[in-house]
Amino acid sequence: MSGHLLEVTDLAIRFGTTGGGVQAVDGISFHLDRGETLAILGESGSGKSVSASAIMAILDCPPGRIARGSILFEGRDLLSLPESERRRLNGERIAMIFQDTLAHLNPVYSVGWQIAETLQAHKGLSAREARAEAVRLMESVGIPEPASRANDYPHQFSGGQRQRLMIAMAMALKPALLVADEPTTALDVTVQAQILDLLREARDSTAMGMLLITHDLGVVADIADRVAVMYQGRIVETGPVREVLGNPQHSYTQRLLSAVPGREPPPARPPVADLPVFEARELTKHFPITGGLFRRPTGEAVRAVDGVSLTLRRGETLGIVGESGSGKSTLARMLLRLEEPTSGAILFEGKDVSSLAGPELLSFRRRVQVVFQDPFASLDPRMRVAEIIAEPWTIHRDVLPRARWNARIAELLSLVGLRPEHAARYPHQFSGGQRQRIAIARALALEPEIVICDEAVSALDVSIQAQILALLDQLQRAMGLAYLFIAHDLPVVRQIADRVAVMQRGRIVEQGPCEEVFERPQHPYTRALLAASPVPDPDAQAERRKARRELAGV
Amino acid sequence: MGSFIARRSLQSLVALAGLIVLVFFAARLTGSPADLYLPIDASVEARQAFNEKHGFNDPLTEQFGRFLVDLARFDLGHSIRKDRPALEVVLEAIPTTLALAAVTMTLAVAGAILVGSLAARRPGGAVDRLGSTLSLAAASAPDFWVAISAILLFAVALGWLPTSGMGTFWHWIMPVGVLLIRPFGILVQVVRGSMLGALSAPYVKTARAKGIRERTVVFVHALRNGLLPVITVAGDQAAGIVNGAVIVETIFGWPGIGKLMIDSIIQRDFAVIQASILVTAAIIFAMNIVIDLAYGLLDPRVRHA
Repeated sequence: MSGHLLEVTDLAIRFGTTGGGVQAVDGISFHLDRGETLAILGESGSGKSVSASAIMAILDCPPGRIARGSILFEGRDLLSLPESERRRLNGERIAMIFQDTLAHLNPVYSVGWQIAETLQAHKGLSAREARAEAVRLMESVGIPEPASRANDYPHQFSGGQRQRLMIAMAMALKPALLVADEPTTALDVTVQAQILDLLREARDSTAMGMLLITHDLGVVADIADRVAVMYQGRIVETGPVREVLGNPQHSYTQRLLSAVPGREPPPARPPVADLPVFEARELTKHFPITGGLFRRPTGEAVRAVDGVSLTLRRGETLGIVGESGSGKSTLARMLLRLEEPTSGAILFEGKDVSSLAGPELLSFRRRVQVVFQDPFASLDPRMRVAEIIAEPWTIHRDVLPRARWNARIAELLSLVGLRPEHAARYPHQFSGGQRQRIAIARALALEPEIVICDEAVSALDVSIQAQILALLDQLQRAMGLAYLFIAHDLPVVRQIADRVAVMQRGRIVEQGPCEEVFERPQHPYTRALLAASPVPDPDAQAERRKARRELAGV
Repeated sequence: MGSFIARRSLQSLVALAGLIVLVFFAARLTGSPADLYLPIDASVEARQAFNEKHGFNDPLTEQFGRFLVDLARFDLGHSIRKDRPALEVVLEAIPTTLALAAVTMTLAVAGAILVGSLAARRPGGAVDRLGSTLSLAAASAPDFWVAISAILLFAVALGWLPTSGMGTFWHWIMPVGVLLIRPFGILVQVVRGSMLGALSAPYVKTARAKGIRERTVVFVHALRNGLLPVITVAGDQAAGIVNGAVIVETIFGWPGIGKLMIDSIIQRDFAVIQASILVTAAIIFAMNIVIDLAYGLLDPRVRHA
């Protein structure tokens, strides 16, 4: 019997029943010791989350099925334990935190109740004792005013606070093993850094083992001791983080690392002539807060965008970076004239966009196109790819005669790296990256001059992200497009943008040429953002962590 | 919360006003009461006198005006048939119907939650297949046929239960049983569907990862979330019963509002038609507000919206 805390041997998980089915996990083996963090690194579909579910005994069976293998925890095989004994381990000896905290916390119970429940279930504490302990736990993870906030519900907390609550719930009984499934994925970088600090503290104070499931190389570099790289259901490479990230042996790990944006100096950008096409002047958008019997405005307002001025030149890429709630997307919606500004002006080729009507507005709509973040939501599931791409032509009838539609659809699909025969398929038959290519083809159908990319690569795996960024760059050079590139990921913006504007709480706090802003940030917020953005190098990451602590004055 | 109730009450009043106009004129389309209440060979003078006495000779607009003035004083007119204030007649019948509805819906909801949740727990399992078949049959069985068959079997052939009326516990069994079938059938399907969704929700995974007992996972974590659509449908079904379980009340001689409405329409007892419709409408509006409040009670996100 080995002394490892957790030892997984030859674990295989299949999905689907008789005959066919998919081998989601194909014989993986790894171990984890007390006080250690093992990261399982992989892109979507690699089988990393399914493995975590199997360890927690929360795999959906059916359709999932553990085909073979063993999971030893403190020397006992979890897979052969009786159900009730297995259940008692969960929450007490093994705990888990999840990615999408809004969905993973029960929306209809107060957070205090949900934390107390774990204590009551395993320790038989009275409701009063459990609640007092829950409040103490909330305080320990840094929730202000824990006694009153314990009565609040998950939706009343921010994403970062919800993950803190999840951690409080998981740490309630000081488990020996914590499984963390993408714990910081949807969070802003500054919040991510805080959550990683909190996890590090929790691990070090209780000497628990942490199994971290992630796709983010920067997170791995920040917190893990060892890493196992998963690809198509197998572990292709495993070892200490410094070795695997510094000197990757397997070709997949090498590919993954080279796809990370910002590793190499950004490619030289073609020069941009000083020809402004899009201009925003003192743009504001306030959403009034209403109340009372007749829902009258209370006079207060949410200042989503608060006096933003920017210029986009022909053929250039202007990056807009900022964290969630900074007003980036509201700004994009106003520029697209999907949202009326409260005040300020938007000029397109010198003309006020709000005054456009009839054929002039139609022409504006044609020349300014958009690519959204979620390629699963932005393509109509009941339309074929050909119909999706051709739809703009049914509105803008003078662009292309109907006889040439099919030829042009084939051209556009080749242009974005798909095959002409894909035109007859439906969106669900494509991967996320392919769908984003379709969305780009649709945007290009009208031969626009400006494409607004609203977090267009944020939902994609790094290797796919790199491909889409290369595609956007290539299209820009060939067609002279101007991009307004909105993103929360700084290295991505650095790679693609000529100039960058940093947004915080509805305002642009700093803007200028990319290199200047990234190399010599002036505003403290820009500096904080840069320091919080993780890099896939443990030593550089430790440096950044130190810099960040100094910035925060710790 | 207070402003929410006020807003909903205001909306209900507007709807009620529209209903008042509709009911007043629609009732008068059924014909002249004089044809029913006077002997078939009554003289023209006698008819005149009858109409004069009840105000049916005045122009409709004048009658409507008088109706509104009386309504403002909560006077809903006089029943020709019973020779008593219409409101009194209606308020006598209402509790009987409400009691029937309350007992029926309590049993239907409780049974449906149990069967539906167990079915959703193991989709395709024995409970699920049996429950789905039975609930589909229940939801589609015509109630008048079930009612008459039940009387023939349990009252006439076996003699176990009384055929009609109310009074003892045994009188309740057939009306409740027959009324229950459809809401129960529909609710089992609704509970099953929403619990399937709730049980595959991420927060159920969290509860399992916390090592919570399966019973608690299903009936505490999933059920409270799965209950929201159930309330909507249950409220709708309850409104249907309050609004006059006309057929069941008539067949079983249950002296409720449904039977009263049918009788007064046949008898052209305008005041009672108007009063019973207004009172049931008010009750249904109140029920809708209660359902909305129940939503808020169950789901804090509704409460804070």
